Amino acid sequence: MAIPFYVAPDQMVQDKAEYARKGIAKGKSIVAMESAVGITLVAENPSASLNKISEIYDRIGFAGVGKYSEFENLRKAGIRYADLKGYAYSREDVFSKSLANAYSEVIGNIFTREIKPLEVEILVVEVGETPEENQMYRILFDGSISDHHGSVVIGGQAEKISQFLRDRFRDGLRLEEAIKLGKEALEAGQGGPIRENTLEVAILDRARPGRKFRRFSALDLRELLAKASLGS
Amino acid sequence: MEITLTGHGASFYDFVHVEHGYLLPRFHVPESGAAPSFAQPPHGTTILALKYLDGVVIAADRQATEGYQVASRHIEKVYKADEYSAIAIAGAAGPCIEMVKLFQVELEHYEKLEGEVLALEGKANKLAQMVRQNLPAAFQGLVVIPIFAGYDLRKSEGRIFKYDITGGRYEEGDYYSTGSGGKDARNTLKKFFRPGMTREQAVRLGLEALLDASEEDVATGGPDPVRGIYPSVKIVAQTGTNDLPEDEIRQMCEALLSERRR
Repeated sequence: MAIPFYVAPDQMVQDKAEYARKGIAKGKSIVAMESAVGITLVAENPSASLNKISEIYDRIGFAGVGKYSEFENLRKAGIRYADLKGYAYSREDVFSKSLANAYSEVIGNIFTREIKPLEVEILVVEVGETPEENQMYRILFDGSISDHHGSVVIGGQAEKISQFLRDRFRDGLRLEEAIKLGKEALEAGQGGPIRENTLEVAILDRARPGRKFRRFSALDLRELLAKASLGS
Repeated sequence: MEITLTGHGASFYDFVHVEHGYLLPRFHVPESGAAPSFAQPPHGTTILALKYLDGVVIAADRQATEGYQVASRHIEKVYKADEYSAIAIAGAAGPCIEMVKLFQVELEHYEKLEGEVLALEGKANKLAQMVRQNLPAAFQGLVVIPIFAGYDLRKSEGRIFKYDITGGRYEEGDYYSTGSGGKDARNTLKKFFRPGMTREQAVRLGLEALLDASEEDVATGGPDPVRGIYPSVKIVAQTGTNDLPEDEIRQMCEALLSERRR
């Protein structure tokens, strides 16, 4: 009988974490910020059709960095989860907290049980009826979960970008200001300018009835950024 | 509830069917055949849809009946399915409403997963599958007969689809009406329908058809000025699916009633 190799658990966890981190570090970052109208999400994404930011449910949005196929799979699973819950109970019963916990559980299980961990980091955000009720959760490759207020960043340069935002973010930003700040933060993260047409921006707009998620077209974005630079 | 990572298509119905079948309406038919006499669930009655210049008017009366009894005077039988379509339902109220709910989630689910809205044809076909699933229940008397109306963004026109209990799906060119007073409403529509009517003309004709149905069919509810209950009307057009304001419906109904006063 073959004797399996013994690997110390802490060594295994360390190896897996390193592997996952390496995968995520290659990806571009995403910023989520609370603003006056709701929650703004800004990502750098050269592809116009393979989205990193998307709608989960009425008030809930999703963003993922890392391996596309993996966070895309998580996104779809989240939509299934939310739609099922809304169908079985009611639309008002779908909250980001339970979704974020469910994500944390499934990602954590994969990290401990599978040989290859998920190379992803995700955000689950929910716009509340008042700014105080906003929720932003960040979930890492090992399933660890944290909640945030103000702004939160995921991706390879998260640390650097958070640093940048720490001094500049303030409550009650207007939509165009938030988008501009998001863009500047991403630029600070990668140390170079980002073209407008490679930005992916969406918002959970508190004022919209029903489904609050809205993605901005390249045209909308150009106008908003022009407005922001006029204002400043 | 848990997150399901294993593969499923973009259909919510299929997902629920496979993973959470207990949530779907399922009506078991006893071997012996006929339903017990006490089991007579509320039934929705007359629904109709007709085209106008910019889209479709879809409307229904507000009554539900349980045999010879009135089950509800203000039931809603016209629903927005998504931004560009609406569904009206006649038949056993419970299964009808459940089907609408499932259909609404189905459309939204597909849109979110795929990032594309289903073509109108695709929505109509999906609904046909759901009606077909209900066939065993239909033999039990729990019939669900919808009318589906939508604005086809690719063809830039409003379209109307009718269904039979087997899930047969047929497109109607101008108008259609079904339910217990459907034939009476259809007579009125047949006589007065003209292609290219304005929205106001079409709404008026739809309300008149419902009024005629209510006069000929005991199960169809007429306008009820005493309680302030009037038919529900939705407009499906390029600008989206919207309720016709209640005030407007009330005024038109009152005008129609006063024309008949002697």
